[in-house]
Amino acid sequence: MPKTTSKTNPARELVFGDLWEYDPAPETADPKLKQRYDLFINGAFVAPKKGSYFATINPANETKIADIALADAADVNSACIAAQKAFVSVWGKMPGKERGKYLYRIARLLQDHAREFAIAETLDGGKAIKESRDFDIPMAAAHFFYHAGWADKLEHLAPGRKVAPHGVVGQVIPWNFPLLMLAWKIAPALAAGNCVVLKPAETTSITALKFGEICQEAGLPNGVVNIVSGAAETGAAVISHPLTTKVAFTGSTEVGKSIMRSLAGTDKKMTLELGGKAANIVFDDAPLDQAVEGIVNGIFFNQGHVCCAGSRLLVQESVADEVLAKLKRRIAVLRVGDPMDKNTDLGAINSREQLAKITDLAKSGVTEGAEKYDTGCKLPAKGFFFRPTIFTNVSMSHRIAREEIFGPVLSILTFRTPEEALEKANNTPYGLSAGVWTDKGSRILKMSAQLKAGVVWANTYNKFDPTSPFGGFKESGFGREGGKQGLLDYLSVV
Amino acid sequence: MSHRLLITKTPKCYVGGAFIRSESGRVMALHDASDGFFANIPQCTRKDLRNAVEAAARAGPGWAKRSAFNRGQILYRLAEMMEARAAELAEAVALGGASQAQAAEREVAASIERVVHYAGWTDKYEAILGSVNPVASAHFNFTVTEPMGIIGVIAPDDSPLLALISLILPAITSGNCVVALASNTQPYPSILLGEMLATCDLPGGVVNLLTGLRSEMVPTFATHEHIRALSGAVNAADRKTLKMGAAESVKRVRLLKAEEPIDWFDDKMQGVEEIRALIEFKTTWHPVGA
Repeated sequence: MPKTTSKTNPARELVFGDLWEYDPAPETADPKLKQRYDLFINGAFVAPKKGSYFATINPANETKIADIALADAADVNSACIAAQKAFVSVWGKMPGKERGKYLYRIARLLQDHAREFAIAETLDGGKAIKESRDFDIPMAAAHFFYHAGWADKLEHLAPGRKVAPHGVVGQVIPWNFPLLMLAWKIAPALAAGNCVVLKPAETTSITALKFGEICQEAGLPNGVVNIVSGAAETGAAVISHPLTTKVAFTGSTEVGKSIMRSLAGTDKKMTLELGGKAANIVFDDAPLDQAVEGIVNGIFFNQGHVCCAGSRLLVQESVADEVLAKLKRRIAVLRVGDPMDKNTDLGAINSREQLAKITDLAKSGVTEGAEKYDTGCKLPAKGFFFRPTIFTNVSMSHRIAREEIFGPVLSILTFRTPEEALEKANNTPYGLSAGVWTDKGSRILKMSAQLKAGVVWANTYNKFDPTSPFGGFKESGFGREGGKQGLLDYLSVV
Repeated sequence: MSHRLLITKTPKCYVGGAFIRSESGRVMALHDASDGFFANIPQCTRKDLRNAVEAAARAGPGWAKRSAFNRGQILYRLAEMMEARAAELAEAVALGGASQAQAAEREVAASIERVVHYAGWTDKYEAILGSVNPVASAHFNFTVTEPMGIIGVIAPDDSPLLALISLILPAITSGNCVVALASNTQPYPSILLGEMLATCDLPGGVVNLLTGLRSEMVPTFATHEHIRALSGAVNAADRKTLKMGAAESVKRVRLLKAEEPIDWFDDKMQGVEEIRALIEFKTTWHPVGA
């Protein structure tokens, strides 16, 4: 008989097996999708000049959803010219108060269409519907609402100085939070008086192009927002176009570095929000049940497709066994499967390529000597899925402790002293985020001061707010998004 | 009384709190306005630059931990040291050219004013740049600034004192350390500045001043991974080299165009925006509850 009071098995567990399976609870509303999405340029949906389209699929079942226009350099050029014209003739000289009202309208319209946007996001990207419904879409609307109020108050951002918009901003966003990343980019850019040319990620263009419909509904002047879908070449064309005087990119550190190189000979302004390998640090005085929830949220939120994911768990040695036991029990009840089901915790991996990358890195964990554990839960026959996975016996030199996996894979390391935790946490080229779990407020503040990371969550994880600046130290990029600090990155101080 | 033979000074670079010659043993001859020999100045190397980065790395944590009040007092003492030797500094800026004496005096005066300006910023910029953020959840959410670490400063040839100190000051005001390369054509004021930095209670290694050829040093400034940001005024080719190198470790870059006229006397060349360019923002979510 196992002892139920031991630290590795802290409480009695009711085991039901599969006696009571959840009934399916699919979201069924109509996302109002088109079969074919054209480019949104100068306030209208236009076919790409070369007439090329690519298919976007549902990663949960690999069926085609729609055809997406593939913008080439000529299409990007049209978009940049439209943005420049809008900036010079309308948006750049419009009083901030009026610009703000357009942003308020957009926020409201996003709220109106929240349900269809959430479904579209989940269909196209694979994330669980409860996350797109409760996080992505409301937070995107909140970002527009927050920045709307700034538009007529910009002079407060740089006391004693004047500020001016850059003009046309080129923006390239990732596939993990498609509409939310769009909001993080477009809302501050527009509030500051810039016009934008934005390229969504290749696998998740639909909500960005649907956002074009919102711009039309809001009566936003033509050319203020332009959406050019496509692949890496399209993004490169946006970034290198002579009219984009500022470039904002969210994505991998590797691509961020190549953008820096490609712009080395120019005077373009840049903000980069890149990768991470965050440490989530659990001290022995932490509320452990709460910490376990935070660990799960830190690494399994959005299938781990989160740049600030708490992918390295650092547990104080004295509670390591207990935390691990609780964690294993917790992930055993995570539901992996149909993203459209309202009970699903982990949806589909965004693409076949990403699944291959996660699989490869998880394999390296095993070959390098770490111990792999997953729940062995059943996965759907079609689509891209990966079980919540944790690795113990991980050393700092393992690839799974150094490289960004961008999937539901947690590497667990232990520490004895706060100094050792800091040493391990900071021993990475990244510096985006970190988590600290402890009952001591003073320890939170000291750890936060010494962690080399742009965001530190204490007794919580993966929290976001439009008022709260987000961005990294070191190779996690530069510039901030959110708050007054993020907004000022969209203005030049003159 | 017969004329005694004057003792001439051997210019040395201020690195790690000590006065050094280049490890290479190389020197560059400096001439005065009448083209007479003035002194030999160290022609520092990439190795000297790497050594200076090590000195800055040792000094960094201690300097960043100093209280804002303490940093302010040290900067103010730098102004005191410079004021006391203002005439000498002006001579160094003009280097014997009587026609430039007035301009040199003006440059020294502006430099001292700039030091005082930043001495007053040490305990104030945080209140302007940082914030408490009204998030929707039960958290005390606040954003504070932190120094980036080691800043590589590359001074232009013109305004050899004012430009150099205008680039150094915003970096150290917030607790960064600096490895700076002085003007190529007029390096001597940086030698005197080093002597003043050495006597103003600034911990050794916080500011390290090198003299030498920009063309030799720029590639190492660009790629040295412990240098976390680059600040300077350089030509287009050097900007490209520095930015290409910066990409390797996502280094922050803030470079002015040396080929265009820069008015270093302008009040816009100083202030909290200059400090902002060389800090990181850290946001903490602190739980609120009993």
